[in-house]
Amino acid sequence: MIAAHLPALQIAVPLIAAPICLLLRRENLSWAWATFISWVVFALAWVMLEKTLTGGAFNYELGGWEAPYGIEYRVDALNAFILLIVAAIGAVVMPYARASVAREIPEHKRGLFYTAYLLCLTGLLGITITGDAFNVFVFLEISSLSSYALIALGRDPKALTAAFQYLIMGTIGATFILIGIGLMYQMTGTLNMADLAKRLPAVEDTRPVLAAFAFFIVGVCLKLALFPLHLWLPNAYAYAPSVVTAFLAATATKVSIYVLYRFVFTIFGQSFSFDVIPLESILLVLSLAGIFAASIVAIFQTNVKRLLAYSSVAQIGYIMLGVALVSVAGLTASILHIFNHAIMKGALFLCMGAVYYQIGSVKIEDMNGIGKKMPFTMFAFVIAGLGLIGVPLTVGFISKWYLITAVLEKGWWPVAVLILLSSLLAVIYIWRVVEAAYFKAGDSDDVVVKEAPVSMLIPIYVLTGASVYFGIETSLPLGTAAEAAKQLMGIGG
Amino acid sequence: MTGSIAIIAALLVPLIGVLGIVGARHKPNLRETVTLVTATCLFILVASLLTPVLSGARPSVTLLEVLPGLSIAFEVEPLGLIFALVASLLWIVTSVYAIGYMRGHHEKNQTRFYAYFAVALSSTMGIAFAGNMFTLFIFYEVLTLSTYPLVTHSGTAAAKKGGRTYFGILIGTSIAFQLLAVIITYVTVGTLDFTQGGILAGKASDVVIGLLLLLYVFGVGKAALMPFHRWLPAAMVAPTPVSALLHAVAVVKAGVFTILKVSVYIFGLDLLADIGVRDFLMWLAAASILIASVIAIRQDNLKRRLAYSTISQLAYIVLGAMLATEAGIVGGAMHITMHAFGKITLFFCAGAILVATHKTEISDMKGLGRVMPITMTAYTIGALSIIGAPPMGGLWSKWMLGMAALEAGEVAMIGVLMLSSLLSIGYLLPVSIQAFFNTPDPQKDGKPVFKEAPALSVAALSFTALGCIALFLFPDPLLHLANLIVAPVN
Repeated sequence: MIAAHLPALQIAVPLIAAPICLLLRRENLSWAWATFISWVVFALAWVMLEKTLTGGAFNYELGGWEAPYGIEYRVDALNAFILLIVAAIGAVVMPYARASVAREIPEHKRGLFYTAYLLCLTGLLGITITGDAFNVFVFLEISSLSSYALIALGRDPKALTAAFQYLIMGTIGATFILIGIGLMYQMTGTLNMADLAKRLPAVEDTRPVLAAFAFFIVGVCLKLALFPLHLWLPNAYAYAPSVVTAFLAATATKVSIYVLYRFVFTIFGQSFSFDVIPLESILLVLSLAGIFAASIVAIFQTNVKRLLAYSSVAQIGYIMLGVALVSVAGLTASILHIFNHAIMKGALFLCMGAVYYQIGSVKIEDMNGIGKKMPFTMFAFVIAGLGLIGVPLTVGFISKWYLITAVLEKGWWPVAVLILLSSLLAVIYIWRVVEAAYFKAGDSDDVVVKEAPVSMLIPIYVLTGASVYFGIETSLPLGTAAEAAKQLMGIGG
Repeated sequence: MTGSIAIIAALLVPLIGVLGIVGARHKPNLRETVTLVTATCLFILVASLLTPVLSGARPSVTLLEVLPGLSIAFEVEPLGLIFALVASLLWIVTSVYAIGYMRGHHEKNQTRFYAYFAVALSSTMGIAFAGNMFTLFIFYEVLTLSTYPLVTHSGTAAAKKGGRTYFGILIGTSIAFQLLAVIITYVTVGTLDFTQGGILAGKASDVVIGLLLLLYVFGVGKAALMPFHRWLPAAMVAPTPVSALLHAVAVVKAGVFTILKVSVYIFGLDLLADIGVRDFLMWLAAASILIASVIAIRQDNLKRRLAYSTISQLAYIVLGAMLATEAGIVGGAMHITMHAFGKITLFFCAGAILVATHKTEISDMKGLGRVMPITMTAYTIGALSIIGAPPMGGLWSKWMLGMAALEAGEVAMIGVLMLSSLLSIGYLLPVSIQAFFNTPDPQKDGKPVFKEAPALSVAALSFTALGCIALFLFPDPLLHLANLIVAPVN
């Protein structure tokens, strides 16, 4: 009985849990509640992924209203995988949050923090699961509004301007998305994704549809921070509370990328997106420019969280490059990298959270010699950092391998060379941190810096361990990504 | 079956050793015992593979499949076995030497030193026994990562700068060129298994194959072929045992080993001989031999001089591979061994001089033969072996390489080899002359008194010097094993 309502529960559980969390008031209680809910959500996502992998995609009609009149949730390999990523990151980050939040957020706001987190989680899961275009916008706003609040909770006053900047850019993006969806509705009279996909080809030569596509793509690219629409991201990630940065970096942009996949491939269809509109060349140029520009900027950052934020922009470039290939192999690489990057970047930001917890700063010059004082945290940082570079036996290597294989399949040799050259930039920015941590003498010997608490180390090591484990045992992410890519390209499934 | 266990054990034993080393960090004597026991066990394990390989077996084991068609797999063949034998035997000797050196020189962080050393040896075994290019690439990268902390060991600004050059060039070339070559190979052929006769023949156009050869040769930065050689002199900031075992044997030989391996098992000699850019690479190797020799003559710092000598000698092996003849491969494989024994002796001597007299510059070494007679005799033996003069083992590999050049019809290369021998006399023997025939400056150095390095260090360098002579007298087992590389499989 309950099994049939899994898709609804996936959203309903965190949504209903959020106001309850507010009512709990006590900090520890709301933390425990949010953690518990995160785990429940993770279990639900897991069960659904299992179900799609064995039984194929399935639909759920919300409230029993038949599609296309009611809202429909549709779960297939792709969004079940994204749901799992979001839920898993939430489940890993929450145990970590207690110590970190206690250090970074004023006491009276902590209950609100967990409430906003649950809302944000709801929004991200909702965007991913829904089969209704307007519903995407609604959940997008839920997740965005709550993430503005979460970012603004950062201890640095700059967090406020960062949140405001994000609010302006995010609202522009959301508005564009809404305009795009509105135009689609005007031309087809439907908001159901499957229905849209059927009706759009008949009107695809009309100007409103072209405009809808343009508005929609620009809006989504703003949300997913494709270079050069990424300007909101570095500050937002740098000044948000550590937990928020880790959570958002691993999930928020990824969910937007999912939306792009869904609209470009499932709704507008491959032939419209890539033959009628030269999306391929646009994405290729922008993603390559983004990879290089953001990696180079990352090298010159002194704040490690900002450095990692720019690295995220570069990594999004890799993900979008896979889309630009318009092939099963390219999409597999792209989806795979969503998973892999979420793990690595989550781990790296959690490490920085632990450093901030102990020394109150994430500036490179304040981290001199920290490798000796916080050996476990920094070891994890090195391992996850190696993943970002793409060293074998880490997930980053698997992503890069697949991406380059896909690029070579297309015969785009220069692009393959550029991808490899860009990894060298990652070597430089990661190594700046490693060198400071291990080979520069710390000057703050008077302040006794200790290792982070175990409650922070365990989540760090879960993600770091995953970044190695899935670099060796690749069948789960790879199989799912390949299956999802096939479905997107309309082959099999 | 036992062969596959020995392979896994060879990879694991050094790692178990790491645990022991770290566990015994407060008891230096126990810690060094652990290193010695580990090194000895490793050598016995590797040696146990000799009998099956000689009888024609190829022990193999597949650990796991990372991606479809890409597995971490090992297979012992003669070339890999030669490399593994040399590296594991010299690890024992280097460990003995290191005990004397590290204590005599009062180095810090010795536990870290021994631990990373053991990790480096484990990855060297991984490279030697790799059954496909993917596995080799993985361990190649692990070797770079594990030797980085050894290069930056002292933590000084110079060490950090050297470490950056080291890491930057090795990781840079491997990611930008080697990985690309590996992926292209995989995409075009569908497998990366090392196969007798190569896997690329007939699978790609001439242009692609030529490009692949360039990518492989330049992608293996550890072979220190010019213009990607700068990391090797930079790595000389490391403690001498590291320079001796890693930057004269394990790391650099991993580089040329990879080039030989790729030549034989990825391209195949028949295909290699037809590639246009092979000619260019052969000349580049020749240029690398000569230019590095000339630079070596101009160095006053002994370790730097030896480093440039290594660059020159490594190019011999690249040259052997690029001749694309069986004799070239056999000569290259023999030179891996001969050069290892000769060069490690020279580095041991450089370190012994440093520990005993704190001298690093050749111009300060006047009359040192009277102070350190054993060390300087060993130095001279090692130098003669590098030069390729009888009665030292180095003669045989140069002989084979010369034969290979003749066989391939590259008479100019014989000229290069001869000229290089003359140049190596020019940069190696002046140190001996300085030590034995020049009288020390009494005002600066005082009266010469007998003062050798710690006994363990002297024992180690005597052992490797005697090894050079033994390899001259008994080259047959090595030659036999090297011939098996190119022998048709029965």
